[in-house]
Amino acid sequence: MNAGAFLKLFARNRLAAAGGLILVFVVLIALAAPILPLQDPYAQDTADKFLRPFSDGHFLGTDHLGRDILSRLIWGTRLSLVVGLVASFGAAFFGSIIGIVAGYFGGRTDNWLMRGIDMLMAFPYILLALAIVAALGPGLTNALIAVAVVNIPFFARNIRGVTVTLAHKEFVDAARLSGMTDIRIMLSEILPNVLPVIVIAMSTTVGWMILETAGLSFLGLGSQPPVADLGSMLGEGRNALITDPHASIIPGIMIFVIVMSVNLMGDGIRDALDPRLRSGALTRPMARTLVDRDAVPEPPANPALLDLQDLRTEFRVGNRTLKALSGVSLEVRPGECLGLIGESGSGKSVTALSVMGLVASPPGVIAGGAVRYAGQELLGAPFSELRELRGNRISYIFQDPLATLHPLYTVGDQIVEAIQAHRSTPNAQARARALELLNAVRIPNAERRLGDYPHELSGGMRQRVGIAMALANEPDLIIADEPTTALDVTVQAQILALLDDLRRDRGVAILFITHDFGVVAQLCDRVAVMYAGRIVETGPTDAILDAPAHPYTRRLIACVPRLGEGRRALHAIPGLPPAVDDLPAGCAFAPRCDKATDACRTGEITLAKSAANRAVRCLYPEGDVA
Amino acid sequence: MTSTLRIRDLDKRFGGGRTLFGFGAEKPSVHAVQSANLDVASGETLGIVGESGCGKSTLARMIVGLLPPTEGRIEIEGQDYAERAGKDPAAFGKLIQYVFQDPISSLNPRKTIRQILEAPLKLLHAMPAAERGARIDDLLDAVNLRREFLDRYPHEFSGGQAQRIGIARALAAAPRILVLDEPVSALDVSVQAQVLNLLAELKREFELTYLFISHDLAVVEAVADRVAVMYFGAIVEMAPAEKIFAKPLHHYTVLLARSAPTVGRPLGAPEAEDAELPDPLNPPPGCAFARRCPAATEICRRERPPLEENGTQHLVACHNPAR
Amino acid sequence: MGGYILKRLLAAIPVILGITVIVFLIMSLIPGDPATAILGSYATPENVEKLNRDLGLDKPLVSQYFIWLGNMVQGDFGRSFSLNRPVLDEVLERFGATLILAGTSLVLCSIFGILAGVISASRQYGLADKAITFVVLIGISIPSFFLGMMMILLFAVKLRWLPVSGMYAIYGGGDLPDLLRHLAMPAIALAVVATGVIARLSRSAMLEVLRQDFIRTARAKGVKENRVVWRHALKAAMVSIIPVIGVQAGFVLSGAVYIETVFQWPGVGRMLVTAILTRDILLVQGGVVIVAACYVLFNLAVDVAQSLLDPRVKI
Repeated sequence: MNAGAFLKLFARNRLAAAGGLILVFVVLIALAAPILPLQDPYAQDTADKFLRPFSDGHFLGTDHLGRDILSRLIWGTRLSLVVGLVASFGAAFFGSIIGIVAGYFGGRTDNWLMRGIDMLMAFPYILLALAIVAALGPGLTNALIAVAVVNIPFFARNIRGVTVTLAHKEFVDAARLSGMTDIRIMLSEILPNVLPVIVIAMSTTVGWMILETAGLSFLGLGSQPPVADLGSMLGEGRNALITDPHASIIPGIMIFVIVMSVNLMGDGIRDALDPRLRSGALTRPMARTLVDRDAVPEPPANPALLDLQDLRTEFRVGNRTLKALSGVSLEVRPGECLGLIGESGSGKSVTALSVMGLVASPPGVIAGGAVRYAGQELLGAPFSELRELRGNRISYIFQDPLATLHPLYTVGDQIVEAIQAHRSTPNAQARARALELLNAVRIPNAERRLGDYPHELSGGMRQRVGIAMALANEPDLIIADEPTTALDVTVQAQILALLDDLRRDRGVAILFITHDFGVVAQLCDRVAVMYAGRIVETGPTDAILDAPAHPYTRRLIACVPRLGEGRRALHAIPGLPPAVDDLPAGCAFAPRCDKATDACRTGEITLAKSAANRAVRCLYPEGDVA
Repeated sequence: MTSTLRIRDLDKRFGGGRTLFGFGAEKPSVHAVQSANLDVASGETLGIVGESGCGKSTLARMIVGLLPPTEGRIEIEGQDYAERAGKDPAAFGKLIQYVFQDPISSLNPRKTIRQILEAPLKLLHAMPAAERGARIDDLLDAVNLRREFLDRYPHEFSGGQAQRIGIARALAAAPRILVLDEPVSALDVSVQAQVLNLLAELKREFELTYLFISHDLAVVEAVADRVAVMYFGAIVEMAPAEKIFAKPLHHYTVLLARSAPTVGRPLGAPEAEDAELPDPLNPPPGCAFARRCPAATEICRRERPPLEENGTQHLVACHNPAR
Repeated sequence: MGGYILKRLLAAIPVILGITVIVFLIMSLIPGDPATAILGSYATPENVEKLNRDLGLDKPLVSQYFIWLGNMVQGDFGRSFSLNRPVLDEVLERFGATLILAGTSLVLCSIFGILAGVISASRQYGLADKAITFVVLIGISIPSFFLGMMMILLFAVKLRWLPVSGMYAIYGGGDLPDLLRHLAMPAIALAVVATGVIARLSRSAMLEVLRQDFIRTARAKGVKENRVVWRHALKAAMVSIIPVIGVQAGFVLSGAVYIETVFQWPGVGRMLVTAILTRDILLVQGGVVIVAACYVLFNLAVDVAQSLLDPRVKI
């Protein structure tokens, strides 16, 4: 990220900018202390002690020795800022070195360094600081050393954590194979990636360090009279707190203002540097996807079990709109298995999640179309009705079963919850039903597995649990979003066979999302092919695989290597799928298609019926189906 | 046939040792790779197939010197390299390079493509700045990337493009052997085919030897001359590609081939029992596959079958090979 | 579980030994003749000679350490010269008062911090979130000692609701209501910063968890939204909140040093500050070791709580 983008992001955060401005103002005044027309901060005048603010000649009054508070405040601020910054840089420097070395080398080096750091962390930090000050004697420099030392573990731990992740990244291995030495890798590969973390850690601790040193001075262990930083001013003022509160309130407010502005700025810096925040990913998804559509399409005369009409789902990130779905229509009939196939970014998963309003929102918005289950429109339905359907009539199976099961609840509890979310079933009965379900998905030792946590099961077993949960309320439709992609082939084969048996036994319809034609061929009755947020072809599985009508379908099938064809060159599709924030007019596949003409690049191409039960979105469909 | 790469009894254990400064109980250890033997001829593509956890990536990382083996020898063009593994990867760098599975995370996000490609030229070949520019242009041409990409950062590239950059970086070292660790499994099928075809061209152009690691049987079949199948840390079958696919001898290979979802073959449960991998911390005594094997007999549960020749150039580790 | 606790207790021994080493090394930084430095202004020639003998200060550093350690193991932390009583007695008595103060604060900041964080996260960018975020920002920016002083001015001096300082009223005090009246201000002043830190962390931990796939699974099951937030999300977020409460306990103990000074609370923090200013080194040494050891045990309890919550933590 360049400096301009950083400043822009930073300035967008108004609070951070305000904090930055205040801090700049305070720093400028502190820097200018020697040239400002201030009184001597040490000049005592006991006759004029404890003058109130706005007295003649003493704008902020005087302290217990009659010294000018304004002058002492500015000089004290100067001192506090310097001490806080130096302590912070010191801690960051030594902490980062320890963290990077420990994280990069790992093993024994890591072990010993971190044991040492753990020892320091075993102290409540002020005890360590007090011990250091006790040994070195009270004084501002010693307080600074104490505060810096005490904060080294914070940096060391943070930086080590980040470095460990980085050190296991493949680019570090690649650098090693490029002939780099360890020191070079740490300086040129690790450090640039760790630097933002160091800056963030510093910006969030500077305020803290200023507070800490002020605190030690407040206790009389930091700056020694007559020199005063803000903390010792506050400490001296405390003796006359009740009679002359202004002598403590003024430095107290100053500390507060400095620390607050530093914290505001620190938050701004963190937000601007943290890439997750930049992409807006650190927002929590709401319970259902936002719907922002102008009109609801007319209901079809004879809606299927699940009927999607012209569904448009977008991701609104900043001022960019990514059109993940640009009008998806499809229907699933009772008991049928429809395969929805496409490459990554084609919108197949977004389609699946849009049905029950599970697209993460923000940034997801359903901008148009309708979703109907047994004739009932879902996008406009009240949340309570939608929730009633979720997991009850329409349930989901997701891709990665480790991430999709709650890590801290047992498998049994999670299935029981799925049942009890929709039926008030007594615990014992729900548990018996959960056991029945685990047996139905052929989990060995089901009784014992009920009490297991997800991490105690293998990937295949976890996905069986996911399936059991989806079956808990005898749904009419299961939406399976790449349920076997994360599994090994032999396990995938088991899960697919299981799904096929279950759907035939129970008559449940399946919307099966996948990128694999082999899976579609084996499991699905019908298939819909997606490209760049649209369905480009749909029809019975066999018919489409035998004679694909859309050039994309044909070439996609052709470029998948198939077992039993020996060594050969593959039929690649040149180019890349279009970015969904910049879709071309006309057919999105035209730039990669060898049959494209000018007509393909203009106007709307409709999904037209081509043969029995088949439809294709192409002006020049393949073969004789046209 | 000359062996460019020769591996003898290569072994890797993770963990082990004792807790509490050597006084406590022995820590559990995992035998990730069990005495692997390989000979790769110059100009050959050896495919290594296996499922997650079978040790194929550990094997690959040992071969390029990123991981020191527990035991065994690695010879590249007649020189013994196992000693230097993990200590001086640069010694390997000029002979053998690695292409990573995740193309994006194999590129440092804070370096431009030019910086990434220059590193091996500078550090391995001490090439002067004047020559580097021309060499980098050649590399980009070789992987079909445009020159204006040079000053961009990795996040601006798609997976397929990033993988081409990763391949260009590996080629920059002018190695004899490329270890390709699942180079296309993170890519979409349409891009997968592009990269596979590119790899085939490069191999011809630069007379490379490939070690191609994948979990996808079909992909391996499309690129490999010879195939080794790994299961639970050991090579269980190795043979020329056409043989292993026409007539697999190990029951695991059979299962693997049958499990791959294929157009035109009906879905059938390939395994009666819902069996999975054995516990790596507590491996069974005999053949690791015995519990899932339809042909397992008593001896399989007791004795580990050695990898032996069964027909010309066809090695298999099985007491009761498939017929 | 019992085995796990025993194992952790054993593992705490080297940590506590490490603490004694660190304290010993820091104290050996004291320049000049150690006995004179330790005895400070109370030094008489006999005392110096006795101390040198008792502590073996004429011996090499390593044996000095083991003599000191051996004495501590037997419960002999030496005598405080400024108070003229055994260090152990003084520290234990003072530590009780600190525990009441810090314990109350820790309970307050945990409850309110987590509550604020969860509410804030579940209404991200809503009014409640903005209000909480702003109050939290003020809370973590205000020095606790300054806040304490302002509270005294307002609630004790101006409104006269609460006593200015101390732990019990001098006349007729000593019962629980009296303690609570004295405890209210210092405990709150001490809790404010930690509440802010816990609230911030809980908010971001909740936001992080709410984005996880298993939350989407819970919603896909049709679980009620309240249950999704307070059960599914909070339980998972607690995995990262609990360690922070452990860290905050250290910060609360540390903050107690200031608060005890402001409110004249007879705790171990104020004792340490006085001991440093009077150069009563043995009292500092003993106080630091004892409090740090207790803190280690507290963190052990935090780890046990963590392992009870998260089955993935190896027992």
